[in-house]
Amino acid sequence: MKQKSVAVVGAAETTEMGKIPNTSQLMLHADAALNAMKDAGLTAKDIDGIATAGDSPVEVAHYLGITPTWVDGTSVGGCSFMLHVRHAAAAINEGLCNTVLITHAESGRSRVGARRFARDPASQQGQFEVPFGITNPPSMFTIPALRFMKQYGVTEEDLAHVAVVQREWAAMNPRASFRDPVTVDDVLNSKMIAWPFRLLMCCLVTDGGGALILTGADRAKDFPQKPVYILGTGESCETPMISQMEDFTTSKAFRVSGKKAFDEAGIKHADVDHLMIYDAFAHLPIYGLEDLGFCERGEGAAFIREGNTRPGAKLPLNTNGGGLSYMHSGMYGMYALQESVRQMRGLAPAQVPGAKISIAHGVGGMFAASGTIVFSNEAP
Amino acid sequence: MAEYNRPLPAPTPETKHFWDGCRDGELRLQRCTSCKQSYFPPRPFCPACGSREVEVYKASGKATLYSYVINHRPRPDFGEAPHSIAVVTLAEGPRMMTNIVDCPQTPEALVLDMPLEVTFEKASEDISLPKFRPVKG
Repeated sequence: MKQKSVAVVGAAETTEMGKIPNTSQLMLHADAALNAMKDAGLTAKDIDGIATAGDSPVEVAHYLGITPTWVDGTSVGGCSFMLHVRHAAAAINEGLCNTVLITHAESGRSRVGARRFARDPASQQGQFEVPFGITNPPSMFTIPALRFMKQYGVTEEDLAHVAVVQREWAAMNPRASFRDPVTVDDVLNSKMIAWPFRLLMCCLVTDGGGALILTGADRAKDFPQKPVYILGTGESCETPMISQMEDFTTSKAFRVSGKKAFDEAGIKHADVDHLMIYDAFAHLPIYGLEDLGFCERGEGAAFIREGNTRPGAKLPLNTNGGGLSYMHSGMYGMYALQESVRQMRGLAPAQVPGAKISIAHGVGGMFAASGTIVFSNEAP
Repeated sequence: MAEYNRPLPAPTPETKHFWDGCRDGELRLQRCTSCKQSYFPPRPFCPACGSREVEVYKASGKATLYSYVINHRPRPDFGEAPHSIAVVTLAEGPRMMTNIVDCPQTPEALVLDMPLEVTFEKASEDISLPKFRPVKG
């Protein structure tokens, strides 16, 4: 795939973030899209490709007045937007469309015009998982962690360190939901949710959205913002049932997606200046560091505990504060992408000085799917 | 247990043998007659090699504890008390989600790799759920 000829030329989040009880989910899509179009100096008539997840791309396109020649409704959870970027890059390279709008919005907290989650009792998950009491991510996404902890001697303190470091990043971000510093003890004394996970090891539930606009790199310099180029992309999926993961100590979808993105980009780990790993829960960055190859097996937790991902350290990770402290509307992948774009534009609140390559790695469902995007602010 | 108001599975033609087995007090798995691989959840072909030549058999009901959480969030149907949501590795190889029962729902009582055996919890005339309990030593 000729990934290298596509760039992000518009990027924005919703005007507000957090609790937005006066706006429907559909309008959050539009708010993010209008902000991104303004950022790119475009209007709806300039957009000929549309992608979204959760909600229908038809609904978003019609609401905004877009007539697309390319439509992508890939909906595999929170990393769907990474997959949209990948598919959009291929579509633009193939000439199926020129300018793609990808939107995400979720009234995750206020539930204004939000879809209800319902699992069919005849589905595989409805038959073989739901009857045992899984309801939502905190009692499901967390199940593999104990096996990981036993295998590698990872402790509850290690999980707490993930939340502590991300709060350090959030403190630098005026838009972050939670900015007050927390200690390991604060995390370990927070309310028990699903042992061994406590409240501060779990992501927020907020309202918000984001949108990206992609076009051919040959046109990218004509736009008002500094172009952010796509160097490599990956995607994969494993299982709709967390109980059926091949191995609870590693995500196959992470490994496949990550390797694909690195191979396409032709970069080494040492080339990466900035990293986003979707952190729905505190164990996710640890899995991500290992499955993407930044750390050896079993060394991810120590890598974070020893401070390597903190502000000023060698591998800045989740610099917006992440799903644990920045925001998490339900499908967080879009916000990881937004932060990578901000870092590559040099405009992030906690800017990594001189960063040239950023990776945004997402998870979909509960280790069900994955998408990985390698960005650069230098034309390939 | 009085009235069972938890979400129950709705068997499909491909999974009916499994739920019929649970109702009759027997844990049924499938295996491929060509590559001999046991698998779960049920389907009428082998996920390892694609063969449709598969058979249903009665599993041993033995398992070990692979991983779990203890859910502390009250839910109307599971009550206020913390309860385990676990994944076990069956002696035959496949893994399944379940609850560990007949023991305290604490980290001290629930030790990874501990031996378990199946027990069936009747939920309705047609549905019994496969749960696992520690093997009494």
